[in-house]
Amino acid sequence: MRLKDHPVLDFKFEEKKKVSFIFNGETLYGYEGEPIAAALHDNGVRVLRRSPKLNRDRGIFCAIGKCSSCLMNVNGIPNIKTCVEPLKEGDIVKYQDKKGNIRGD
Amino acid sequence: MSEEYNIVIVGAGPAGLAAATTASKYTNKILIVDENIKPGGQLSKQTHKFFGSKNHYASVRGVNICNILLDGLSKEKVCFRPETSAIGFYKPDTLIIQDKEGLHKIKGNKFIFATGAIENMVSFENNDLPGVYGAGAMQTLMNLYGVKPAEKVLMLGAGNIGLIVSYQLMQAGVEIMGVVEASPFIGGYHVHAAKLRRMGVPILTSHTVKGVYGDGKVEKAIIHKLGGGFEPLHGTEKTIEIDTLCLAVGLTPSVELLHQAGCNIKFIKELSGYVSVHDDMMETNIPGVFVAGDASGVEEASAAMLEGNMAGLKAAYDIEGFNRSVFLNEKEIVEFELKSLRTGPFCERAQAGKKRLMVEER
Ligand SMILES: Cc1cc2nc3c(=O)[nH]c(=O)nc-3n(C[C@H](O)[C@H](O)[C@H](O)COP(=O)(O)OP(=O)(O)OC[C@H]3O[C@@H](n4cnc5c(N)ncnc54)[C@H](O)[C@@H]3O)c2cc1C
Repeated sequence: MRLKDHPVLDFKFEEKKKVSFIFNGETLYGYEGEPIAAALHDNGVRVLRRSPKLNRDRGIFCAIGKCSSCLMNVNGIPNIKTCVEPLKEGDIVKYQDKKGNIRGD
Repeated sequence: MSEEYNIVIVGAGPAGLAAATTASKYTNKILIVDENIKPGGQLSKQTHKFFGSKNHYASVRGVNICNILLDGLSKEKVCFRPETSAIGFYKPDTLIIQDKEGLHKIKGNKFIFATGAIENMVSFENNDLPGVYGAGAMQTLMNLYGVKPAEKVLMLGAGNIGLIVSYQLMQAGVEIMGVVEASPFIGGYHVHAAKLRRMGVPILTSHTVKGVYGDGKVEKAIIHKLGGGFEPLHGTEKTIEIDTLCLAVGLTPSVELLHQAGCNIKFIKELSGYVSVHDDMMETNIPGVFVAGDASGVEEASAAMLEGNMAGLKAAYDIEGFNRSVFLNEKEIVEFELKSLRTGPFCERAQAGKKRLMVEER
């Protein structure tokens, strides 16, 4: 959900460009230029990858590009820090298993 | 082929921006890189009116302070590159950065590392479950991108950050189920705690989180009471239904780059972790390499800005060798402001830490 009437901040969503992207085969929407992880969170997606050793679910933790918890496969490239990766129209985002796969699956 | 700058600043938080502000008064060809999409670091998410000294924007909102700093920078002298990570430093003059196009070598005369800090984790069962978020991450989602970050939150930590972020979450329509604090005392300012209590949020001191549980995401937390020696008291467990546990349990300076560069790194408890040894003008043991802000010890934004001013001043002076009395005068002003800032009751720790850092250096 978006914060449309915040007491302090005005996000001016009406001036922003809505774009579509694909997450695990499903079409989702977000605003252009916002972090992919923020757009996914808004769509209710919490699990972004599985950990390399113990195979555990991982979601956002720091959201400033420092902790590696949100690494995903974006347009075929694994290990993208989605909390600092701006969303573009048509991005293909995939859940990342362990260390990721260069072929994108 | 590599680009050349007089001063290269890593991090566009308040420390990095302040360094550029001062340096650009005396020199040009300044580069700032930041790996985030927007500049401003942690400060750009602070929607509350600031605590801190009057000279340093107290009662101005953090978001606005960033804009004031950014607007003041001269485009001819300062180049800003967002979405660019600094990933290595090679003595004496080479920084490796990474952006969309790949890796690049940047040559510089002076370097200022203002890389900030990273939020701490604490140990409890399933602390890696999606839905365990740092307080700064909640702020990134709600205050920078307007995403409602959660429905029901339990906050761990009753320092200023825990209290303020709880209030900001409520402004975003999120329900705060409680604030849990291991110590017997509330660490943050009384006014913030009182505000939450008035809004019906319980603040439970001498309590901590035993664990969070759920299928692929946080669905509930179990908290328990702690005894005088911080030992869990059996039979005091309580289950709270939440979808997010927010951690506000302090920050650790980000010194990886400084460490890799070969700076002398020391553990100073009062500064929240490993920090790089530096002199009174923020220069490390590697000549021409400076540190400023939370990366040199976690304090707050006013101190970060002053340290940035200091580093920027010295770096510019060493390059341009401008009028010495102008230099000494400006140095004295910054020193005085830092000193008066660090005499407040909440700053004793930082003051003691900085003292230890400087003494141990000799
Ligand atoms: C919830 C919260 C509330 C706060 N409230 C207050 C308050 O009311 N008053 C107050 O004075 N202070 C407050 N603070 C503290 C204040 O925000 C910080 O002390 C201040 O932002 C530190 O500034 P900095 O420039 O050192 O670091 P940061 O603001 O953390 O900025 C560091 C920057 O460096 C970038 N970076 C790091 N590593 C790299 C790299 N390798 N390559 C490229 N870029 C990199 C990061 O992306 C970031 O933008 C608060 C902090 C938080 C988290």
